[in-house]
Amino acid sequence: MGLLRFATAGSVDDGKSTLIGRLLYDTKSIFQDQLDSIEATSIQMGNDYTNLALLTDGLRAEREQGITIDVAYRYFATPKRKFIIADTPGHVQYTRNMVTGSSRADLVLILIDGRHGMTEQTRRHAFLTSLLRIPHVVVCVNKMDLIDYDEQAFEAVKKEFQNFAMKLEIPDLTFIPMSALHGDNVVSRSPNMEWYQGSSLLHHLEQLHIASDRNHIDARFPVQYVIRPQSGEYHDYRGYAGTVVGGVFKVGDEVLILPSGLTSTVASLESFDGPVSEAFGPMAITMRLTGDIDISRGDMICRPNNRPQSSRYVQSMICWMSEKLEFEPGMKLAIKHSTKSSRVIVADLQYRINLDTLHREMDPDSLALNEIGRASLQTTEPLFFDEYRRNRNTGSFILIDEATNATVAAGIIVGSGV
Amino acid sequence: MSITAYELSHLDTLEAESIHIFREVAAEFEQPCLMFSGGKDSLVMLHLASKAFWPARLPFPIIHIDTGHNFPEVLEFRDQVIEKLGARLLVASVQQSIDDGKVVEETGPRASRNRLQITTLLDAIEEHRFDALFGGARRDEEKARSKERVYSFRDNFGQWNPKNQRPELWNLYNGRINQDEHIRVFPISNWTEIDVWQYIRREKIDIPNIYFAHNRQVFSRDGMWLADSEYVTRTEDEKVLTRKIRYRTIGDMSCTGAVDSDAETIEQIIEEVSATRITERGETRADDITSETSMEDRKKEGYF
Repeated sequence: MGLLRFATAGSVDDGKSTLIGRLLYDTKSIFQDQLDSIEATSIQMGNDYTNLALLTDGLRAEREQGITIDVAYRYFATPKRKFIIADTPGHVQYTRNMVTGSSRADLVLILIDGRHGMTEQTRRHAFLTSLLRIPHVVVCVNKMDLIDYDEQAFEAVKKEFQNFAMKLEIPDLTFIPMSALHGDNVVSRSPNMEWYQGSSLLHHLEQLHIASDRNHIDARFPVQYVIRPQSGEYHDYRGYAGTVVGGVFKVGDEVLILPSGLTSTVASLESFDGPVSEAFGPMAITMRLTGDIDISRGDMICRPNNRPQSSRYVQSMICWMSEKLEFEPGMKLAIKHSTKSSRVIVADLQYRINLDTLHREMDPDSLALNEIGRASLQTTEPLFFDEYRRNRNTGSFILIDEATNATVAAGIIVGSGV
Repeated sequence: MSITAYELSHLDTLEAESIHIFREVAAEFEQPCLMFSGGKDSLVMLHLASKAFWPARLPFPIIHIDTGHNFPEVLEFRDQVIEKLGARLLVASVQQSIDDGKVVEETGPRASRNRLQITTLLDAIEEHRFDALFGGARRDEEKARSKERVYSFRDNFGQWNPKNQRPELWNLYNGRINQDEHIRVFPISNWTEIDVWQYIRREKIDIPNIYFAHNRQVFSRDGMWLADSEYVTRTEDEKVLTRKIRYRTIGDMSCTGAVDSDAETIEQIIEEVSATRITERGETRADDITSETSMEDRKKEGYF
């Protein structure tokens, strides 16, 4: 049984909480005491129906104000797969939340109210999904019950989205007509929409092939931690612990270590459970190499004929997440990329993306909270990276404000050079 | 490890994610420490930590916040496990905090040391200058926890501020802190109760025997079976009887309820947990059902 991570994106009142509630309820992932508790709270708050949003809105302020502050994680499983949902609120601070919730997602569900079609929010969600290179997108055209389960209405929304998506890069796009409230096409195919030939949402989530979404070509092993037991039995043991973030490593492979540029051979791939013959992402293993080479955290192990870019100049898309500070040229920040921590200076801010029109606004002075733009950064030491489109792990970074230690940006690498 | 077409099973994926987090903390912090209760989640944590640093020993000590109201079986089990592992155990005692006058014991039939632990824990963090503390909390356990980060920042009072959490992107964790601040780290955030049990079965992890069905002297309170012990004052109506029960979670004897059960093997526990319609904390933790937001309120004060 494998694991699928997905994020949900929707506007206010398009039925996102209802859909999540239904997926959890129908897979028996909501417990009786949770239901009792939200029923009691719903009555207390004067709601006419059991408000399934209360399942995820757990914080005091959220309950008091009826809002969702932050990304909530929910879990359910079927006999075929285990699922992790990152439920991201649609309204306030949606960019920050959606980027956070989707950064690790295999798939994003975008909800659209079938009565209204695409909204500004939908366009933003679609753009962010494309920017973050989420491999799979499911557009749930919801509330079909309110438009008589009409095929033409569904097709109209589908066409509208497809036209917009032509400007974006979404590798796998699926449309499902549904009524989350009544359960149509959520867990099983709906008898109300015989014209729809596709899968129910749950069936789609269970069957989706995701193993090939990972990069199994470019071998990348950022050294995370050096294991040196210094005990009698393992006196000379030296192992490089880390998580494989690209490609496949096999015992006997010739490898190259950055930044030193030295080469060696994989002597063994080890774990607590014994040696393995090959390792691939996201396995967390310990690699031992032949010869005596000085390797430490932040180094990158790759193959001699396939190495990441190594540069102090990085071209990137920046999603700015700070309320207190604006992103602007000349600014100095801390960066965490892979297992390397360094410092950067913002060399140039080329443009800001207008999230409503997707137009580029050239040479802006700064980026404010929830704004996205393209910037060149100069780092104090070289980073070993790939373009994000090739590798989501070696192509991403975070920026940290050194004064407050707050995480202030998500960064996506689009190239090297000034 | 089961491998098909370069895809890991869900347990292997969760395990790899947790090991990554353990290593990241060991690499970036000066004084990490693992909080250990003897319960199933902390035993899984200990197992994952052993895997992360094998063949070396754990590069951090283990701390137990001893409320003095533990199940004796669990204390005995704790000592066996730590000895087998060759790890360093620190014990911070709530009784000591009471004796030192730092906290005042609650009174009455519902007195519990649950909240008092916060002071003992925060004092221990200060004394040992810990900058990162591993905890075994899971996001499926409780709604406040479902919103908490893997790296949960705590200010110099040990407080959690749910409205001001650092965004957590990809698997890039921001562990930067100032003097006297620390990070609570939750490597098994994405595990569910059933994942934990399946992993215990797969990895053959030893667990305290009170997780299995046994006969015990109990009495009923708030719909839970509480063990009759010196730590709880019964009211006149609360009559003691012998029942076949097991514990679904392990906490203090004073506030951890037992469930009726015949499950004598891990297999049977997994069957029972798969079929249950009540959450583990809702069924067995008196401390969580005092109010809708009691976990959030305690976390803001510095709770686990």
